Amino acid sequence: MKLTKDTIEHIAELARLDLTDNEKEELVFEMEKVISHFDKLGELDTLYVKATEHIIPLKNVFREDEVENSFNREKMLKNTSKKEDGCFKVPKILE
Amino acid sequence: MVELCDLTVHQLSDLIKNKKIGVVELTKTVIDRIKKADEKIASYITVLEEDAIKQSEKIQDKINKKNANSPLAGIPMALADNICTKGIKTTCASKMLENFIPPYSATVYDSLLSEDVVLIGKLNMDEFSMGSLTENSYYKPCKNPWNTDRVAGGSNGGGAAVAAGLTGFALASDTGGSIRQPASFCGVVALKPTYGLVSRYGLIASASSLEQIGPITKDVTDCALVLNAIQGHDKRDSTSIKVGYTDYTSALVDDIKGMVIGIPKEYITQEVEPEVKNAVLNAVKILTNLGAKCEEFSLPIAKYAALAYYIISSAEASSNLARYDGVKYGYRAKEYRDLLDLYIKSRSEGFGKEVKKRIILGTFVLSSGYYDKYYKKALKVRTLINEAFIKAFNKYDAIIGPTVPRTAYKTGEKPKESIINIDDMYTVSANIAGLPSMSIPCGMDKNGLPIGLQLVGKPFRESNLLKLAYTFEQNTDFHKRRARI
Repeated sequence: MKLTKDTIEHIAELARLDLTDNEKEELVFEMEKVISHFDKLGELDTLYVKATEHIIPLKNVFREDEVENSFNREKMLKNTSKKEDGCFKVPKILE
Repeated sequence: MVELCDLTVHQLSDLIKNKKIGVVELTKTVIDRIKKADEKIASYITVLEEDAIKQSEKIQDKINKKNANSPLAGIPMALADNICTKGIKTTCASKMLENFIPPYSATVYDSLLSEDVVLIGKLNMDEFSMGSLTENSYYKPCKNPWNTDRVAGGSNGGGAAVAAGLTGFALASDTGGSIRQPASFCGVVALKPTYGLVSRYGLIASASSLEQIGPITKDVTDCALVLNAIQGHDKRDSTSIKVGYTDYTSALVDDIKGMVIGIPKEYITQEVEPEVKNAVLNAVKILTNLGAKCEEFSLPIAKYAALAYYIISSAEASSNLARYDGVKYGYRAKEYRDLLDLYIKSRSEGFGKEVKKRIILGTFVLSSGYYDKYYKKALKVRTLINEAFIKAFNKYDAIIGPTVPRTAYKTGEKPKESIINIDDMYTVSANIAGLPSMSIPCGMDKNGLPIGLQLVGKPFRESNLLKLAYTFEQNTDFHKRRARI
């Protein structure tokens, strides 16, 4: 499969990553190689095969909806560099 | 004279119980050794000297009062730096989590603390476990204690630390071979449990449907002791399974008469280094002489496993790593225009090159237009791989082969392709199918580098693998060799 810089830019946008021109070129080159490997899976007939997302056929795991002690607010805020009034601080999103 | 650091967990445990050594003395000996040796191999990111000594004093006190009865009491332990330790920096070897101090602990860490284990430090790894050589750490590349011109394997320094005697044992996650491959390269033992046997709560997620936490140890007995401590259902991990408690030490029996073992032809092809192939075939001979019935069979799907693995693991990683947005924890860019810019800058500055590549690859295989062709296809191939193993296990008690088709790479001698490492083919199947799998030492090559034998078993039959590994170990000397660093 032929990849273009446009495709990489589109994917980077979805992944919220900003890539340099060098990184983009490198990725076009490397991803093309990797994807051509992936294409070998086409040799396997999987038309009637079911997909396995998860090896254990788990259904929803429920528990009683009981109030339990949660984490301390101050402790949970320790790992952010921007906080205010016991909240995480982010740039304004509404004018 | 035998050095303390060369002893196994069960040997150390006996010495502690019989008051031949004190816990503080042991901890100090290990930390001294780390100070001397770890600058050569860089197996640790964080060493907890003060905390470990304090903890050791407390545990010694408990032992004196006969309140610490676990065979792991007082034993030094290292955890990979993606296992959360409350109040202790957990970085995933990434700039993204350089200053992250978890407010909670992983269940496995809590379990081991309740057995009175001493945490010595946090292990080096490939950034977010992405890589297979522990060369892709934000901090420093890890080296092999058998020969520092060689890599230690990866994605973590657990094999190196255990082989160099810098801890009693190590715990790390195995997504596609991340504990078995370093164990193979460093001549020690590793066991990846069945998916769901061990809680993943507090393990910083990379590829959730593939990874399990398992021990890296000096011998098989140690492996059983650690597995005893970390197994079990955890309500905080909805993928952990309710199976009853098993005492894995009862599997340590020197008897494999009647066991039927399969060797996939695809695991002993031309691509396997001749010395590795010979060591594996020699192991087959030894097992046959000990009463096992060994035969070759064909597992043609094996050669597709690495491809399916890279698609699934990249897809899951891209999704798991979406949580790093610079807001609640992790690296936050200094300057940004708006919220979107905060996300993009924090992620682009915080993640390393390899991590970005995997995120891009994972996002690509999940993106509209490619989802069916790659991601869904890989999940269908996963079904085929799983079915092939179920079929094989109708006939065999265990499947064996090389853990890696070669011994440790020279440092800097990367595999031909940076994203796909085809040498992972042997280990990834067990993750794809959720099967238990071990690597045990089975020889040395002409350069004095260890060779690993991989065993794969039926779901939740870790006991079978331990019995097989223990029997092999009791009748060979490979596990007694120690790296001199």
